[in-house]
Amino acid sequence: MRPGLVFRAALALVLAAFLIAPSSFAPVFRPFTQNDAPPIYLQADLLGLAAQHALLVVLAVAVGCVISIGLGILVTRPSGREFLPMSRAIANIGQTFPPIAVLALTVPALGFGPAPTFVALLLYGLLPIFENTLTGLSSVDRSVAEAARGSGMTDRQTLFQVELPLALPLILAGIRISTVISISTATIGSTVAARTLGEVIIAGLQSNNPAFILQGGLVVGAMAILTHDAFTWAEKAAARRAGRRVA
Amino acid sequence: MIEIEQLTKSYGPNHVVKDVSLKVPTGEIAAIVGTSGSGKTTLLRMINRLVEPSAGTIRIDGEDTSSQEAHALRRRIGYAIQGHGLFPHRTVGQNIATVPELLGWEKARVNARVDELLDLFQLDPDAYRDRMPSELSGGQQQRVGVARALAGEPGVLLMDEPFGALDPVIRQKAQEDLRAIQRRIGTTIVMVTHDIDEAISLGDRVAVMDDGCLLQYAPPAEIIARPATEFVGALVGAGERPYRMLSLIPVGDVTEDGSAEGKAISDEATARDAVAELLWSRRSSAPVARRGEVIGRVRLDALLEMGAAPA
Repeated sequence: MRPGLVFRAALALVLAAFLIAPSSFAPVFRPFTQNDAPPIYLQADLLGLAAQHALLVVLAVAVGCVISIGLGILVTRPSGREFLPMSRAIANIGQTFPPIAVLALTVPALGFGPAPTFVALLLYGLLPIFENTLTGLSSVDRSVAEAARGSGMTDRQTLFQVELPLALPLILAGIRISTVISISTATIGSTVAARTLGEVIIAGLQSNNPAFILQGGLVVGAMAILTHDAFTWAEKAAARRAGRRVA
Repeated sequence: MIEIEQLTKSYGPNHVVKDVSLKVPTGEIAAIVGTSGSGKTTLLRMINRLVEPSAGTIRIDGEDTSSQEAHALRRRIGYAIQGHGLFPHRTVGQNIATVPELLGWEKARVNARVDELLDLFQLDPDAYRDRMPSELSGGQQQRVGVARALAGEPGVLLMDEPFGALDPVIRQKAQEDLRAIQRRIGTTIVMVTHDIDEAISLGDRVAVMDDGCLLQYAPPAEIIARPATEFVGALVGAGERPYRMLSLIPVGDVTEDGSAEGKAISDEATARDAVAELLWSRRSSAPVARRGEVIGRVRLDALLEMGAAPA
């Protein structure tokens, strides 16, 4: 068995154990507390918090996928080529605009809660998926796309049977980048009352308790690492299916 | 039968193909030859409407190609291209099955057709059906590319520089194989090439194009003997003419009764090969064999006579 796999399995187990029974990890975090402060954050159910955190990320990335992949497909069609500069601009603005500023701007319109965080994550995650979809679709060998058309495939058949399967590894890589960024960025949602793991970190900051900050950060970090690995594995599988040799 | 009438393609003021008319009789190979930018590929791609003509008509077996949807038309026309264009994410079998599946054939018929084609192209079905294209050699990929083009039992096969990516040794074998397969299944072929040798050796008729115009469309012997323009003459090459003529004539046509010494030459070899053999072995005549049995002899001076300009 490979050491990397053992490490990941162990990480997943520890994460699950911590989320299900956080109190049993009290001795681990006690050295980081002062003046008998509680070592474990117990004001909320950590498992539920992690689930809501993950749900927010999944929703934002899912909608981001629909928009980004849709735009990526649109601008690589002959009829949609003129939308390329505009789509690039939208995705770039989404990436350059700080999520915290998005929160500040959307709270007046959407109120406190998960909605502003959803918008911030959505905008922030568009660019990697869009750019990778674009690169994936435009790097499909011209002779392959030509053969598909020449064989009598309709434009739709060419897209779904040839172009998308061949672009899939790169599109997945874009979704991976976007998801991992969103997992960590979602923590700021707690500043506008979205239920995310950021709550634990903010509680630590407010009560000057490093143990809370540490466990909030570690849980988010572990989720990001495991998600990253799951996507990397899926990308390799997709690349193999796309007929590419994978090292 | 393919009938092309007054076909033109323009992009703005530029005419890429100008008023081209030609007919390809059923079961023949027409080779379109020209330099790059001559419009030969555009002409080919207008036949299956990968490029829509600006003017003119194309009829296949009497039916106007513009009378049906382009993708439906393409399923009835085989299309093989340089660098094969195989789908890298599909197995060899799935690649070949592309058009039959688009046509909605039953599974059993598709599978039988895939195996039949692999056999025809000398690839063992059990060994190659489930391989990925990246696991094949260049020559095998090219054969699978042509097999895929023929899978839907098209009456017409279009080939765009089909041998362009092959090295010279494999290329000659691939050309011979194509000729043999074409004789067997009787498909009408239109192929594009920049190689006049390939056009002359494969084409029943050769179409020479330059700057969008069809300069000459004739059997190879006529192209060599009576080039219509200076350009065609230059393409054939004055110094190469006798040898090209000889390469069109099978030894069987020059064979006479009598006997000769030395190694026999096959009656299917070209006169050019026979001259080379005689010169090399310092002989003035050689026996001619048909399937291993001597049927007569061929003389060097009779062979050389065939390389002279027609009276």
